[in-house]
Amino acid sequence: MTLVLTEAECETAGRDDAAGLALRVVAEAARLLGAERLIPIASAHIDGCLYHGDAGVAFAERLVAGGGRVAVPTTLNVGALDLLHPDRVRAAPARQAAARRQMAAYGALGCRPTWTCAPYQAGHRPAAGQDVAWGESNAVAFCNSVLGARTNRYGDLLDICCALAGRAPDCGLHRPENRRATLLIETEGLSAALKDSEVFYPVLGAWLGAEVGSAVPVITGLPSGLSEDRLKALGAAAASTGAVGLFHVAGVTPEAPSAEAALGGQAPERRIALTPEALRKARDRLSTSVAKTVDAVALGSPHFSYEEFGRLEAALKGREIRLPFYVCSGRHAVERLEAEGRLRPLEDAGVTLVTDTCVVVTPILPDDGGVLMTNSGKFAHYAPGTIGYGVVYGSLEDCVATAASGRVTRDEALWR
Amino acid sequence: MATARSSIQGEVLLPGSAEGEVLKLDRPISFWGGVDPESGRISDPRHPQHGESVAGRVLVIPETIGSSSGSAVMLELIARRLAPAALILGKPDAILVLGVVVAREMDHDDPPPVLLLPPAGQAALASGQACRVGPEGSIRV
Repeated sequence: MTLVLTEAECETAGRDDAAGLALRVVAEAARLLGAERLIPIASAHIDGCLYHGDAGVAFAERLVAGGGRVAVPTTLNVGALDLLHPDRVRAAPARQAAARRQMAAYGALGCRPTWTCAPYQAGHRPAAGQDVAWGESNAVAFCNSVLGARTNRYGDLLDICCALAGRAPDCGLHRPENRRATLLIETEGLSAALKDSEVFYPVLGAWLGAEVGSAVPVITGLPSGLSEDRLKALGAAAASTGAVGLFHVAGVTPEAPSAEAALGGQAPERRIALTPEALRKARDRLSTSVAKTVDAVALGSPHFSYEEFGRLEAALKGREIRLPFYVCSGRHAVERLEAEGRLRPLEDAGVTLVTDTCVVVTPILPDDGGVLMTNSGKFAHYAPGTIGYGVVYGSLEDCVATAASGRVTRDEALWR
Repeated sequence: MATARSSIQGEVLLPGSAEGEVLKLDRPISFWGGVDPESGRISDPRHPQHGESVAGRVLVIPETIGSSSGSAVMLELIARRLAPAALILGKPDAILVLGVVVAREMDHDDPPPVLLLPPAGQAALASGQACRVGPEGSIRV
C-alpha cells in the first residue's frame, strides 16, 4: 500500500509554515499506519495542551509562529493548570509559567478553551458516521463507541496536526470494516444488582482493557438504557488498562442494535464469558493499597458530569467531610451548578473543586505521595505512576463514607 | 561491538542506526503515566520492570497501551536525551512513533530509529543483550 496525496496536499506539505509541518506529520502518520490517502475531518479534540515538558511548548509555539490555525471546530482537553482556581496546583512557578504558555499557544491556534476530558458532555458531539480526529483515550473511546463518530486514537502532536490540516489518515477505525466487533464478551453470568450499580462499570472497563488490548469487543447482557456516565466510566477504564478505542454494547450503543449486527454477521474470533471471579480480580487490581485510612479522595475522571454532581449531593446529604476531597470537572458542568446556586453548598461541605485540569496530571493532592481513594478506574490506574499515590478503589458512596468517617469504608456486598 | 551472533531483519518505519542494550518490555506500557519524562525510568509500580531506565536502550515493545499522551512523553525524552536508542515495535503505532516524527521535524538530536518486528521475530531478543540496529533494519545481537 502506498500513500497517495492530492496535488493540493503535496503543495501544502512543501510549505515552510505551520500548515506545511502539520500536513507532513499527518502524511507521515498515514504512511506509518499504511493508509492510502487522507480524508477530511469534521472536528478535532486535542489532548496535546497538557504540559509534559518544554519540548511540547516549543512545538506548540512553532505552530503559532508559523501562522497555524485549526481548519475544523476543535475543543481542548485538560491543561496542567486550573485557570479558574490558580492556587490549586502546587507546581513550581517556572513549570506553571511553561504550562500556561502551552495552554495559551493552543488557544492561539483557534481551539476552543473547553479544558475538559469529557468534551462529549460539553456540547462537542459529532454525528454518527462522521470522521473526526480526537485525542485523549477516554474521549476517543466515547466518541467511537457511544456517539458512533469515527476516530482513531490520535496522540498528542498528531491531534493538533490533523486539526490544522483538516485531514486524517484513512485507516483503522475510520474504515467501517475495522469497526466490526471480533470478540464477544458475555456478562450474563453476573448479577443484575452488580450491573445496576455505578461501581461495576469502571471495573468492567478495567477488566475489558486488560483482556482485549486494542481489539473491538461487543458486550452482551448489560441493561438497555445504560446511562452515558456509565458508558463513559467503562470506556475510560478500558482505554487505560488497554488500548480500547471502540467497544460495542449490544442493544445500547449505535453500531450494536444486536451482538450479531456488531459482529457483522460473522462468528467472533473469541467468546469470553465474564465470571464474577475474573471481575473481582479486576476490582482488586484497581487498588494498590490495603491501608485502613487514606490521605485524600478524588472523583471525576473523566470529568464529573452535571448528573454526577447530583449523585454526589445525594451521597453527601447530612455528612461532613474530614479528608481532602477533590472533584474534577469542566466548566460546562461547573457553570451550570453555579448558576443554580449548588456550588457553594458543595464547597461548604468540604468539596474542593478542580476545573480545567485534574489531580493525576498535575500536582494538586497534598504532599508527594500517600493513599488516594477514588471511584474512577482511570484515576486508579494512573495515580500510582503519575503522582506516586497508592490507590483504594470504591464507589462514589464508599468514597463519601470514607471521607466522612476517616476510615476506609467499602460496601463489599455486591462483590461476594 | 563484539562479533554479532545473530541478525534479524525488521521493517524500517523511521530510519537510523543505533547501539544499546536490549530492554524488552514484559508487559505493555502506557508511556504517559508509565515512563517518567524527567528520568526516563519506568514509573508505573504495577509494571514488572518498574524502575528500569529506557534511556539509551534498544526498547522492544510487543504492544503499546493506554494514554494518547505517549507521543508527548516520547518527544520530551528525545529532547532531554533520555530516549531509547531505538524502538522495535510489534505492531505499527501512531502514538509513540509520532513523538519521533515530530522530534525530527523540530530538529532534535538523535531521534531513535523505529523498526517493526512482529512478536515471532521479537522472541529472539532478550533484555540485557547488546544490540546494534542498522540503517536498513538489521537487528544484531
